[in-house]
Amino acid sequence: MEQNRRIRFIQGNEAIAEGAIAAGARFYAGYPITPSSEVAEVSSVRLPQVGGLYVQMEDEIGSIAAIIGASVAGKKSYTATSGPGFSLMQENLGVAVMAEVPCVIIDVQRSGPSTGLATKPAQGDVMQSRWGTHGDHGIIVISPSSVQDCYDLTIQAFNLSEKYRTPVIFLADEIVGHMREKAVLWEPSPDQIINRKKPTCDPKDYKPFKPDEDGIAPLAAYGSEYVFRVSGSTHDETGFANSKPDNADRFIRHYTDKIEKNKKDIVILRRFNLEDAEYAIVTFGCSTRSALEAMKIARNMGKKVGVLQLVTLWPFADDGVRELCRKVKGVVVPEMNLGQVIREVKRVNENNIPIVGVNKVNSEAITPFEILAGIEEVER
Amino acid sequence: MSNMKFDDYLVKNKFPLFWCGGCGNGNVLGAIVRAFEELQLDRKNTVVVTGIGCWGKADDYINTNAFHGTHGRALAFATGIKLANPELKVLVLMGDGDGATIGGNHLIHAARRNVDLTAIVVNNLNYGMTGGQYSGTTPEASYTSTSPYGHIEQGFDLCKLVEGAGAPYVARGSVYNIVQLQKLIVEALNKKGFSFVEAIAPCPTHFGRRNGMKTGPKMLNWIKENSVNIKQAEKLSPEEREKKFVLGKFVDRDKEDYSTKYEKIFAIAENAE
Repeated sequence: MEQNRRIRFIQGNEAIAEGAIAAGARFYAGYPITPSSEVAEVSSVRLPQVGGLYVQMEDEIGSIAAIIGASVAGKKSYTATSGPGFSLMQENLGVAVMAEVPCVIIDVQRSGPSTGLATKPAQGDVMQSRWGTHGDHGIIVISPSSVQDCYDLTIQAFNLSEKYRTPVIFLADEIVGHMREKAVLWEPSPDQIINRKKPTCDPKDYKPFKPDEDGIAPLAAYGSEYVFRVSGSTHDETGFANSKPDNADRFIRHYTDKIEKNKKDIVILRRFNLEDAEYAIVTFGCSTRSALEAMKIARNMGKKVGVLQLVTLWPFADDGVRELCRKVKGVVVPEMNLGQVIREVKRVNENNIPIVGVNKVNSEAITPFEILAGIEEVER
Repeated sequence: MSNMKFDDYLVKNKFPLFWCGGCGNGNVLGAIVRAFEELQLDRKNTVVVTGIGCWGKADDYINTNAFHGTHGRALAFATGIKLANPELKVLVLMGDGDGATIGGNHLIHAARRNVDLTAIVVNNLNYGMTGGQYSGTTPEASYTSTSPYGHIEQGFDLCKLVEGAGAPYVARGSVYNIVQLQKLIVEALNKKGFSFVEAIAPCPTHFGRRNGMKTGPKMLNWIKENSVNIKQAEKLSPEEREKKFVLGKFVDRDKEDYSTKYEKIFAIAENAE
C-alpha cells in the first residue's frame, strides 16, 4: 500500500520519476545519458511495480517516438534526456506538437554544445526547448529549482500536457537533478490529476483533431471503440493529409494559440519580496537558489531587492515580467548561458529600465556574489 | 462483427491511388487488405503505422487505426503503441529508404527486441518520392539520380539483416508473385513476435527508367527473371545468388515476444522492495 505522504531525502532526478508515476504515467522509453540517467533507473524499478512499462530504446529518436506511440495507445508517457539526446528528439517533438499527443520530455541540462561537459550543469537549452523543432508552434516548458519542485512540477507537467494535448518539456539541470534534499512525496487525489478528454460522440462522428469549444480536441486511444488516425503531416480534423492553404494556416495557428492564449492558466511565477522591491532578479531553475541567497544578502545590506522566479519558461510570462519592469528601477537576469531568457525580458521592457545579465558558461553555478555584482551594476 | 471483405478495409473515397502507373505499392496494398480479409482483422484493434515516402502514404487508403509519423521512425512509434497495449495488432509499412536506410537502426533493434509487430518493407530499390536517389538497397552498378555513373555501394540484403538481428519470422516476396506475397503477409500477421516481410516492387518512374525498364511490365519482368526461390538459390554459387532476389520464407521459429516476457517482470517487481 502506498502511504499518502512519504518524506524522503532524494535526488531531483529520483523525484522526477516519482512525480511522473504519481501523475499517472505508466510508460517510459529512453536512452541513458548523463546527467539524466537516474530518471531512467528509478523508472525501471518503479514502473513495473505499478503496472507500468519501461523500455530502453536504441536512441533518443526512437525514445520520443515510442512515448508518442504509447500515449496514443492510451498511456501517459515520458522520457528523460540531456542536451545531445534532446537535440536528437527535436524532429519527433514536432510530431507530438502536430499530432497533439500528450507526453512529457525531461531535459536535465548539461554543458554544451555537442558532447560538451557531460557531468556539468548549464541552462543553455532555453531557446532550444522553445524553438528546437522546426516550424511554428506553442510549447510548455517548466523549470524546477528544488527537489520538491521536481516532484510537484512533474505532476503539473503531466497535468498541462493532458489538458492541452501537447508535449511538455521539463527543463531541469544537472544541479537540480543531482542534488539531494528533503522532499515530500504526496499522493495526489483524483481531483489533482488531469486526464485527457476522451470523446463521447458516436464513434462514426469522431474527428481526432476537431477542437471542442475550449480549443482542445478529445483524444481516443487505439483499441477503443473509436477508430482514428493521427499524423505528423499537415492534416485536417479527420487526421487525413490536407494540403489546402487555409487548412494549413488554421492548424499552425491552432498549435500556437492553444498554448499562448491560455497563458493565464499555464504560467506559474513565484514572487519573493517584490512588494517594495527597487531591483529585481528574474531567474529560473538552479540559478533561483543563488538568486534567493543574493536577495537575502542584499536585504541585509539594506537594498530593496526581490526575486521573480519563472517556473514556467514557455509560454513566456510577458505580463508578469512587463509589470515587474514597470515597477522596479532595474533587473538582473542570471543564467548559465550567454543570455537567452534576458532577450525575452528585454522584449517586454517598455520603460527601458536597465537590465543586466549575469552569464556563466564555465560549467560552475552562478554564485550569490556574482548576482550581487550584477545588482550593483544596475544600480549605477 | 459482420464478415469483412477486403475492400471493407479500404478508404475508397481517397481513390484513385496517389502512386504512379506501374508502381507496385497498389499491389502490395491489395495483398495486405486481402490478408486482412483472410484473418478477419478487427478494424478497432488494428493499427497501421507508416513512415514517410511513397509507401508511407499507404495508410491513407486503409481504414483501420493509423499513425503516420516521421521518416525512418515508424517502428519506434509502433513499439510504443504495441507495448502500451499488447492487445493491438500492429502493422508497420515502410519503404527501403524509410525502413531500412534512415530507419535501419530501429529495424534491427525491433527485431532483436522481438516486439510483436509485423513490418512490411516495400523495396523498390530507390527513393521514389524524392526523385529516384539511391537507397541502402540499391543494387551495385545500377543507375539512379544520384549514382549517374553507376552505384558503387553494395545493397543491403534486408532479410539476412533482420534474421541476424533475431527476428522469429523473415520472408521475401515480390509484386510479381503476388499470391505468394499475400500468403507470407498472412503468416507474418499470425506470427507472435517480430515478423518481417520484404516485397520487391517495381518503380518504373525512377529506378526502371534509369536502368532500361521504362514501363511497369518491363520492370515486373525484370523482377521475375531475377527472382529465384530458396530451393533454386541453393544450387547457385554465392556470387550468382547475390545478384538474385531470393524469394520465400527464411525464418519461422517460435520465440517469446517482448510483451509476454514483460508480464513476468510485473510479477517479479511486485514482490521486490
